[in-house]
Amino acid sequence: MPVSPEYQDAETIQRILHQAKTVAIVGLSPNELRASNFVGFYANRHGYDVIPVNPQEDEIMGFRSYPSLKEIPRPVNVVDVFRDPSAAVDIARQAVAVGAGALWLQFGVISDEAAEIARAGGLDVVMDRCFKIEHARYIGRMHWLGFNTRVITGRRPGHLL
Amino acid sequence: MQNPDEKPLRSFGFHTRSVHAGARPEPNTGARAVPIFQTTSYVFEDPESAAAYFNLQEYGNTYSRIMNPTVAAFEERVGNLEGGIGAVAFASGLAAQSATFFTLLNPGDHVVASAALYGGTVTQLKHLFRKMSVELTFVDPDAPENWTAALTDDTKLLFAETIGNPGGNVLDIEPVATIAHGHDIPLVVDNTFATPYLCRPIDWGADIVVHSATKFLGGHGTSIGGVVVDSGEFDWSNGKFPVIADPSPAYHGLAFHETFGGYGYLMKLRAETLRDLGSAMSPFNAFLFIQGVETLPLRMERHVANAVTLAEWLRERSEVTAVRYAGLDDSPYSALRAKYLPKGAGAVFCFDLAAGREAGQEFIRGVELFSHLANVGDAKSLIIHPASTTHRQLDEEELAAAGIGPGTIRLSVGIEDVDDLIWDLEAAFARIT
Repeated sequence: MPVSPEYQDAETIQRILHQAKTVAIVGLSPNELRASNFVGFYANRHGYDVIPVNPQEDEIMGFRSYPSLKEIPRPVNVVDVFRDPSAAVDIARQAVAVGAGALWLQFGVISDEAAEIARAGGLDVVMDRCFKIEHARYIGRMHWLGFNTRVITGRRPGHLL
Repeated sequence: MQNPDEKPLRSFGFHTRSVHAGARPEPNTGARAVPIFQTTSYVFEDPESAAAYFNLQEYGNTYSRIMNPTVAAFEERVGNLEGGIGAVAFASGLAAQSATFFTLLNPGDHVVASAALYGGTVTQLKHLFRKMSVELTFVDPDAPENWTAALTDDTKLLFAETIGNPGGNVLDIEPVATIAHGHDIPLVVDNTFATPYLCRPIDWGADIVVHSATKFLGGHGTSIGGVVVDSGEFDWSNGKFPVIADPSPAYHGLAFHETFGGYGYLMKLRAETLRDLGSAMSPFNAFLFIQGVETLPLRMERHVANAVTLAEWLRERSEVTAVRYAGLDDSPYSALRAKYLPKGAGAVFCFDLAAGREAGQEFIRGVELFSHLANVGDAKSLIIHPASTTHRQLDEEELAAAGIGPGTIRLSVGIEDVDDLIWDLEAAFARIT
């Protein structure tokens, strides 16, 4: 299913990555081999306040896990979704309700309805993109593994991460 | 990191990307050229970082057999120019191919390959696959239905060259890719002769592109190297490729496609195959390749212009029975060339001398400027007699399938003054008449 380019906009993605402090990961797995755990580990390593959202766990990666977005007692900047696309609509409504800044739907979590709900609620929306890969593309070290970051610049990077 | 609010990103052109892709200014020193990171290994910040790198949870350098920042700049540049999701470099083009196959195939699998391939590749496929217990079928690549007819339930990939070496067959990429995808398998294309400047196979549906960087990408004839580019689009979780999709016993149970999505194949190619086969590109060679790729589009324009002039000139010679170059209007591949290679059909082609094998060798003795050697894609013009050299390991039937006769001469046309090249060939013709 083609994803609208507006949900994969490079400027929007970079703004979210730069401004976000808290990232609620819906569907974060405690299994270290799952993609969600890779992203959670990476986001925490790069200074984001990772908030697990998984009703089946009390604690993941040493952080308290919440059953849903509504129970999180502090502001959520990014809602990062590792769930079946059918669950995305409800998560989008919750994200609007808690005043999140952005709805980020991971690879394969494609739902135009969820994206539309979030956008109408004033959230930035990213769809079918990976939070870890996009961070590594623009700020991290993805270029060290030969991946096509598409970043072209003659400027000296201002800081190391 | 630039301030993302300053200006929008742009889709940069091919020439710009040839010079810049993969090469940001070095943050510690400000060095603008890509430094040669001639180091085997990298100091870890702390034990947690070391563990994260080896677990692939973080992008980090560990050991130059697996990754190196200079090599990475070359990889990203080629991956970018081909329109892929990324690339992994190898010590040679054949190393790149063998790693591509080794990553995808298991004993009992089957591969369908074009019969019109570089002789070294034909030998590699036959020898490597026999050792791997992989079945192999060669097909005449020109008719797409030949590919369909060769498919079996065990077929795991199709393999061909964009421009066949040395016969000059132009692959009809789009229908062959459709056949592969209809069978839930990838099309792997060797794009060495076209380079991404003349053709980007991924744009036409190819899934994996391999290169001998030794040729036009480098252009200087100084370094042996290869590179594999992945489109990132193939669905490795379609049930046919547990070798990519299932938890890997060679990487503590990691499921590469699930965890890394479109990046999964390249991650496995690097973290397992390159790690285990050990055929890493040296940082110094990567540095030289980066210098080469900067001028790739400029060189290819000149290569093509000189090749067309020489091919048209050769076609008029009475000593020549055939010139097999897709860049000629009367080539059987001219329609495919117009579709897939609108900027030109490359600079490697063959012509047949009426007088046969001995005349072929005598002709080669007669050239002054052309170098008689077993390579192509150099800025310098090159000449060889395939039947006695590059394709020597092939039997008569395989030679015929590859379009090689006893009097066939292969040229790799360089970027010299074309009048000087004509002068040189004229002297060689004088020797055989």
